[in-house]
Amino acid sequence: MDLLTNHLLTLILFTPVVGAVVLLFLPAKNIRVLRWAALAASLVPFGLALGLWARFDPSAEGFQFVEMMPWYPAIQSSYHLGVDGISLMMVLLTVVLTPLAVLASFTVTERVKAYMFLFLLLETGMLGVFLSLDLLLFFVFWEVGLVPMYFLIAQWGGTRRNYAALKFILYTMGGSLGLLLATQMIGVVAGTFDLTELFQIWPALNSGTLLGLPMATVKAVAFWAFVIAFAIKVPVWPFHTWLPDAHTEAPTAGSMILAGVLLKLGAYGFLRLVLPLYPLESKLFAGWLAALGALAIIFGALGAFGQKDFKRLVAYSSINHMGFVVLGIAAAAAAVGSQDAVIALNGAVLQMVTHGLSAAGMFFLVGVIYERTHTRDLTEFGGLFAQMPVYGGVLLFTAMGSLGLPGLAGFVSEFLVVRGAWPVFTLATALSMIGLFFTGAYILKALKMVLHGPLNERWKGKLPEMSLREGIVIAPLMVLMLILGVWPAWALDVINRTVSMISLAMSLWF
Amino acid sequence: MMTVPLGDMLLKILPELGLLVLAAVLLTLDLLWRSRRCRFLGWIAAGGGAVVILLSLLFARPGPEPLLLWGGMMRLDSTGFVFRMLFVTGMAITALFATENEGICEHGEFFTLLVISTLGMTLMASVVDLIMIYLAFETASIPLYALAGFLIRDKKSVESGVKYLLFGAMTSAVMLYGFSLLYGFTGSTNLYEIGAQLSAGQLPAGLAVLTALLVTVGFAFKVSAAPLHFWAPDVYEGAPTSVAGFLSTASKAAGFAVLLRVLLVVYPALSSLWTGLIAALAVASMVVGNLQALNQKNIKRLLAYSSIAQAGTILIGAAAQSDFGVTATMYYLMAYLVTNLAAFGVVMVVGRAVGSDEISAYAGLSRRSPGTALILLAVLLSLGGIPPFAGFIGKLLVFGAAVEANMAWLAVVGVVNSVAALYYYLRVLKVVYLDRAENETQPLNMTSAWKAALVGCVVLVVVLGVLVSPFYTWASQAAASLIVY
Amino acid sequence: MQFPILSVLIFIPLLAGIVLLMVPAQRKDWIRGIALGSAAVVLVLSVAVYALYDVAQAGYQFVETAPWVPALGIQYHVGVDGLSLPLILLSGLVVFTGVLVSWHVDERPREFFSYLMFLGSSVLGVFASLDLFQLFFFFELAVFPKYLMIILWGSPKTREYGGMKLTLFLFAGSVLALVGALAIYFGSGLRTFDMLVLEKAGFPIAFQQLWFPFLFLGFGVLSGIFPFHSWAPDGHVAAPTAVSMLLAGVEMKVGAFAALRVAIMLLPDGARFWAPAVLVLATINVVYGALIALIQSDFKYVIGFSSVSHMGLVLIGFACLNHDSLLGAGMQMFSHGIMTALFFSVVGMVYDRTHTRELSQLGGLVQKMPWAAVGFIIAGLVSMGMPGFSGFVAEFPIFMGAWRTAPLVAIIAILGVVVTAGYILLVVRRVFFGELPKQFQNIPDITWMDKLAIGLLAAFMIGLGWFPSLMTSVLQPGVQNILGLLGG
Repeated sequence: MDLLTNHLLTLILFTPVVGAVVLLFLPAKNIRVLRWAALAASLVPFGLALGLWARFDPSAEGFQFVEMMPWYPAIQSSYHLGVDGISLMMVLLTVVLTPLAVLASFTVTERVKAYMFLFLLLETGMLGVFLSLDLLLFFVFWEVGLVPMYFLIAQWGGTRRNYAALKFILYTMGGSLGLLLATQMIGVVAGTFDLTELFQIWPALNSGTLLGLPMATVKAVAFWAFVIAFAIKVPVWPFHTWLPDAHTEAPTAGSMILAGVLLKLGAYGFLRLVLPLYPLESKLFAGWLAALGALAIIFGALGAFGQKDFKRLVAYSSINHMGFVVLGIAAAAAAVGSQDAVIALNGAVLQMVTHGLSAAGMFFLVGVIYERTHTRDLTEFGGLFAQMPVYGGVLLFTAMGSLGLPGLAGFVSEFLVVRGAWPVFTLATALSMIGLFFTGAYILKALKMVLHGPLNERWKGKLPEMSLREGIVIAPLMVLMLILGVWPAWALDVINRTVSMISLAMSLWF
Repeated sequence: MMTVPLGDMLLKILPELGLLVLAAVLLTLDLLWRSRRCRFLGWIAAGGGAVVILLSLLFARPGPEPLLLWGGMMRLDSTGFVFRMLFVTGMAITALFATENEGICEHGEFFTLLVISTLGMTLMASVVDLIMIYLAFETASIPLYALAGFLIRDKKSVESGVKYLLFGAMTSAVMLYGFSLLYGFTGSTNLYEIGAQLSAGQLPAGLAVLTALLVTVGFAFKVSAAPLHFWAPDVYEGAPTSVAGFLSTASKAAGFAVLLRVLLVVYPALSSLWTGLIAALAVASMVVGNLQALNQKNIKRLLAYSSIAQAGTILIGAAAQSDFGVTATMYYLMAYLVTNLAAFGVVMVVGRAVGSDEISAYAGLSRRSPGTALILLAVLLSLGGIPPFAGFIGKLLVFGAAVEANMAWLAVVGVVNSVAALYYYLRVLKVVYLDRAENETQPLNMTSAWKAALVGCVVLVVVLGVLVSPFYTWASQAAASLIVY
Repeated sequence: MQFPILSVLIFIPLLAGIVLLMVPAQRKDWIRGIALGSAAVVLVLSVAVYALYDVAQAGYQFVETAPWVPALGIQYHVGVDGLSLPLILLSGLVVFTGVLVSWHVDERPREFFSYLMFLGSSVLGVFASLDLFQLFFFFELAVFPKYLMIILWGSPKTREYGGMKLTLFLFAGSVLALVGALAIYFGSGLRTFDMLVLEKAGFPIAFQQLWFPFLFLGFGVLSGIFPFHSWAPDGHVAAPTAVSMLLAGVEMKVGAFAALRVAIMLLPDGARFWAPAVLVLATINVVYGALIALIQSDFKYVIGFSSVSHMGLVLIGFACLNHDSLLGAGMQMFSHGIMTALFFSVVGMVYDRTHTRELSQLGGLVQKMPWAAVGFIIAGLVSMGMPGFSGFVAEFPIFMGAWRTAPLVAIIAILGVVVTAGYILLVVRRVFFGELPKQFQNIPDITWMDKLAIGLLAAFMIGLGWFPSLMTSVLQPGVQNILGLLGG
């Protein structure tokens, strides 16, 4: 039992890999076995993570379940894992969404073994980012997740998959270059990659020069290197153009994970690295960030409104919703130390979770209808409520969650962000509210075009209702959305302590 | 001057005596047998050479002090000894290649001439008197003129003999003029005495330079260094292949033997002049030889130009004018002798089989006779200076001599040239290994004498390239004893 | 007396090469058996050397000496330290996998495997040499096997040109380095070729500055340093698969290793003086090599130029002359070695089946040869410096080292990494994915031997990517030794 408690994070992190390796030795022909084995493999970390959650002490300071082992001692990098409130929420989000995505992938028939293998590797990559407390290790997992995603899009995606996959990986890798360079530089200057140490060393570093530039400038450049890497991932306007393509072309489960978890990696990077490592620069440039966030909200919504492709519409809605996360982070950076900052950060983190749930749900539902009609063109739908009442109801519910209807998850988080950001960036927040209006507009437009209006005769009698499997995929998401909307305290308890600590730690540098 | 007992003296000149006896035996047997058993003559010449070497190694080894004979005209030291062994080795191998060779076999005097020429060379390596040097020079050369034109029914061979004769006569006349000037101004014919006088500054510098230039002409011809190399390609191409091999190795080595002695004994006072002169010759030879070799289609001409370039490389060692330089030169000569003899041996074997010396005729050789191809591979790579073959050590030592003497630029020139040289050696290997031919399934005709000679050479090439130590020791002993007064 | 493991390692392939030449040409089974057997022994011994090296004790181990030419101060002197150890292992791996993927060479297999063994002996000899003369001896021993293998079994269109170019470039470099080595020999006044003695000779600074370029560039040619890199793509492309693997995988490391062992370790002040110039050239290597690889239309040329690019990183690692960079260079030598061996082996497998290397004519091969595709992708990820693979843990310290010494180099060189990602992804997509052309509908999958080779190489790449300490622990004492010579 000691092994389990002392290495719980390691177990969560690597059980998907073990499962993936086991998959390799199963017969490629037996698709059923492969599917169930993959599902089982993804449920193990889920179970372990529930245990983690149960043992997590929300009132404790700092990181818990810390593990530390030498990894690359030659360059002072170690295998250092730990969780706090933010990462715990993210881990939970990941382990919940992955089995659901695997279940949603049961319709994949081509090269199932490779597909599931990659999917499980992807899970480890994402979990690794959330669990790492070493900058180098963080970067390792940050990139590790890219590869499976690239192949998932490029191999099992839609018609323009190659273009989309290449765009996805080049954008993300290109963005990571600055991160890589800055990581190297930090390692060289600070002599360690350990985040807990870097949080102390790096912000304090004010003297010295590099390349003939004063340290302040160097740090500002490094700050932007980090920001751009994460901004691309989030994505923040104007770095978002890879996202609609990637989401649209990815297979359904890929889109679920992409929107549900991968985008959160970027936001998590802001919270875990940018704010603590660059408190001064964050405050300095917070205005820019807020402006970008607001623009993402508005343009994301406008972009979504203009789409005829259902999946693209949902993809743009991600940009729109992630804008709130950025806005919250920016507000926290600007109003460092204040109560507003803590509220905004709480909202941002909660928004990451709720958007993860709703976006995954939306993409799944797009996938459900696509599998039946083989089109995503909104103009070809219409009147489907009557054909598939259950589907219609589920879609309505999920869309409302996404919209931010009070009582459902999205409302609480967006409210918190707006509440926190209003005193800090009044104009940006006000503009965001206008963006929120468009959010309503595009969601209602989509619902109208899919569910209502005259029925396209092509589909008459040809559309079977949602299956049990599909129901099992969407049900947990709906339940979670509802619970978080009605009673968000259980999640906020976990988050609040941590974000307060981050805000407090930042304020110490002023 | 101390007197040497007659018995001792005879023992010390055992190689020369042995060769003389051998020549006589060959001549007699030739008369007795006429052309019927010419095979045996070659074996006898080769065996005789081997016996001479063996006996010399046993009884005629020089002591640590040089021994002066005949009023100082002859000087028996390690330098001379190593060179003499080298010449006899070359003679023995050449004799084996000449065995069972149409056109040669009918005329047993071939071997007699060969042995006499070798005798001249051994004398060249050990006499230190201007007159004796000249005599030895001619003793070595005149039989070679005959040998080069030996195939009297072959126009090319005759032309080659005549050409060689004309060039040889002219250059030796120039050299003789240089000798006469040296004698006239110093009143001595002994190299060491002349050297002492020159060092004492008894000769105007201008005149010394003039004599140096004149004398060099003779040696440069002998070693086929540019710009006195013109004869080599034509003569090699026309002469019987085995003779060409002998010309390019033993005869060349003999030229170096005298060159080194004269250089280091007579002109130490003019060392910078000599260095410049020899270095210039070296560079010219390497560049001219390699450039011309690049586009040769005939393998004998290619080897001729390559041997000009090799002479240039060897001259680098001489230009260094140091102990180490002489050691390098001697080692290179040993390596070069066995290597180039084998090269011409292969050319002869293949030439007889396919009736052509064009490089293109070597197509398919590696399938036709993998062994012969392998020998050619070893030999050409050795010429290119690649381990584990002898040429690598030679190249290393020669470049080392240049670097040691602060003439790294010369080594760099050598580097560039060795790359060019490798190019044309590889080109031949390409034909041998890659190109296909119709006759590649026919086996190659190979007599036991040729086999013995080729295998012997290649073994020596590898031994000189891997088991360096004993040979190096000889070479360095020889170098050390050259300058001892 | 201990078991002379290094000598056995060096001379087994040499012996096998000679024995092979004596086997009758028609006994192809014997020939392959001997080749595989000796390659397996080499692999086992190289792993054994790696495993038995005592990290705690550090320094040169398994040392053997024997007199060779005492008059010249030449001896047979072998030994390994942390730097050469991974390269010995690399040689063992590549020789073994080279034999595996060449199993079906049908044209004169006797000569093929014999020369392959000579080549193996040559590289092992260089890596284990502690005597400068001996190093050259083995270094140039590779000339003729390389040349003959390229022209005899290479791709018919370019083999004569590529083989000749490669041989002459490398020969020129090595002879130039030889002159430098002779200068060291005479300049030290010690009359010895023993590198352990020469390390302590303490040459005057002016002397070091004069001779460093000879040695570094001379050997650097073999490591593909700009502007003397052009032999590499031409030669690699012209060569048959196993030779490309050995050339790019091991021979280029021979050059880099010799440049390190001789030029940098014997002339540390010269290295310090010339380091900026080397950095400039090496940075050009990285970026230029990658850019040129991007625009190639020939599958094999892409990999050929990628080697130029990656070797640039090794040279950057050398020229930064600090702990991190040297450590990374050591890792990168190994990592690039196995990676490029895997690349070339897959290129060979594809070519053997499709008889074309034009990217535009290939496609969809993952359906026919999934193992090859996966292997190539893994090597590609290593090449891109993707975390989780050996390329990342090798390149990262190099960049850290560059940050310490020349931050600008780190920033510029990272461009090469981006471009690498571009061309690797392009090639993977064009060759293995997309539409499978009709004429390739019936090509066979690769053999189990090919799969074994791919699996072996890939295992090392992934293993090293996650457990870099397995190699850094060995490398570090070697790096410390160099730093000691550099004076702290």
